[in-house]
Amino acid sequence: MIRFLAKRLGQAIVVILLVTVIVFLLLHSVPGGPARGILGPQASPQAIAAFNHEHGFDKSLVQQYWAFLSRLLHGDLGDSYTLNQSVGSLIGQRLPKTLVLTGLSTLVALVIAIPLGVWQGRRRRGLTDYTVTTLVFVGYATPVFFLALILVIVFTEKIPILPPQAPQAQTLGALFADSRALILPVLAGAIATVAAFSRYMRSAVLDNLAEDYVRTARAKGASERRVVWLHIMRNSLTPIIAMLGYYLPVLFSGALVIESVFNYPGMGLLFWNAAQTSDYPILLGTVLVIALATVIGSLLADIVQALVDPRVRGSIR
Amino acid sequence: MTVSAPLMTEQAPATTAAGPYRRMVRMFLANRLAVTGLVILGLLLVFCFIGPLIHHTDQVHTQLADATLSPGTRGHLLGTDDVGRDVLGRLMVGGQTSLEIGIAAGLLATLIGTVWGAISGYAGGWIDAVMMRVVDAGIAIPALFLLLVTATILRPTVPVQILIIGCVSWLVPARLVRAEALSLRSRDYVQAMKAMGGGHGRAVFRHVIPNAIGTVVVNATFQVADAILLIAYVSFLGLGVAPPKTDWGGMLSKGISYTSEGYWWLIFPAGLAIVLVVCAFNCIGDGLRDAFEVRLQGR
Repeated sequence: MIRFLAKRLGQAIVVILLVTVIVFLLLHSVPGGPARGILGPQASPQAIAAFNHEHGFDKSLVQQYWAFLSRLLHGDLGDSYTLNQSVGSLIGQRLPKTLVLTGLSTLVALVIAIPLGVWQGRRRRGLTDYTVTTLVFVGYATPVFFLALILVIVFTEKIPILPPQAPQAQTLGALFADSRALILPVLAGAIATVAAFSRYMRSAVLDNLAEDYVRTARAKGASERRVVWLHIMRNSLTPIIAMLGYYLPVLFSGALVIESVFNYPGMGLLFWNAAQTSDYPILLGTVLVIALATVIGSLLADIVQALVDPRVRGSIR
Repeated sequence: MTVSAPLMTEQAPATTAAGPYRRMVRMFLANRLAVTGLVILGLLLVFCFIGPLIHHTDQVHTQLADATLSPGTRGHLLGTDDVGRDVLGRLMVGGQTSLEIGIAAGLLATLIGTVWGAISGYAGGWIDAVMMRVVDAGIAIPALFLLLVTATILRPTVPVQILIIGCVSWLVPARLVRAEALSLRSRDYVQAMKAMGGGHGRAVFRHVIPNAIGTVVVNATFQVADAILLIAYVSFLGLGVAPPKTDWGGMLSKGISYTSEGYWWLIFPAGLAIVLVVCAFNCIGDGLRDAFEVRLQGR
């Protein structure tokens, strides 16, 4: 177990280093470089040269990368070109809100998808399985923004019961205080992921149905309900845990779209606005934070899987 | 790393009298969902590429006098958009962009991923470790975020978007093909070929990749579906191809400003077109998966 942990941790660190290299190279391919971004398009070549010298941008790539990395290790993500604030503090304000949005919609999605997948796996090849499979296919093919638009049209225009805009609160407490406005963004995120989650659950249940322990449990005389909801469901959850860790990039992409549709003041909206104004420190700072979250997420998923699943634990020794 | 591995099974030998190809075609045609997908895709291709030859519209100039006419107005079956362009004609032209970028980018991604994965899995050892960490790093950065960053650096024309989407979405096929290559490299026929003096290049391109072709083809269809969605997202977020060119995501992005006016024809046709084409590709992929026996048959 210790060896597995050390190896996985080492891999994660290498991956994070590679991500910083990618982000660093992207920052360098920005037209005009940071000098143009900060001094503006009117700056004279002399001013740019002076700026570059002052900030060490005239050194070799390797030296610059080293400086970039050591700034990152001190938690310095640079300053926004347009918002007159450090990227670190901007992301610090926005990240919790995005985590609330993705956390809530993932929770809702799991609550729907797990029973749905189990139920579908049990009724494989029946009419209901085909119907749900078709719905899942359509759900999987529907872009989140289209889904969000339909929700907006239905629940704010046709049946005006919900506000079309997400809560614009500064603090998390105020965010929850305006919980009615949270419903549509959370729902849009949840429906978008139910399709994938229930598909995973269905196939995990199908795998488990063929296992010997199911036959044993049935032979023992355990009720079908007990076999399905206790034995099979518990064992089918492991792949879902593993998948959640790897699903983080998808969830963040979904948040980006949902936040821009509902004007939800999270990290996705920050990123989107930065893309409109070419605010590269924010863009790349966000990419870095999300990549970090994904690497840590998949690391945790592997560890949790090793802890809960004796088969996985056995195979990593 | 374990996400896709359990889904793969080794290819069972297909040795029936009818021959493997006819058997595959039969398996595919027996899958009603897959055939439906193929038919839908065919119809959409005809609609987008042949349609404009029959339904002539001006998609370049704006006619503000004809703005937001409702569907059914003479000559405009689906109405007109906010600057007076015919929506039906725009749907065809936009579809061309979506399909061209989606298909080309999906194929490019599959190509890069296949070569990368095959070399990585075949080489093994530290080369494999390094190549797969690069894949891990790429997967950690969501493609949509990377695409938006590059769209602000480069002017998003069609070839640029194909190139960028291809370059950010090859990671999943790379992992899948690597898993195949790991098991294929120790097969007897690969060993025999090497004993006869064959090089590594020959092993990878003549033996590993052709034997992993099922995985590659199945994944390619899913890649195209994902690429079409990705391009729709980028356009919806306002960083797609520049006007007067458009694509389905871009059409929706303009429609969003008119939700409260009730101009549904600016939203639903383009949205449904995306859903249809992505569904079609996913259904075809599912059918191919059965035909190639990439996953357990009869699921």
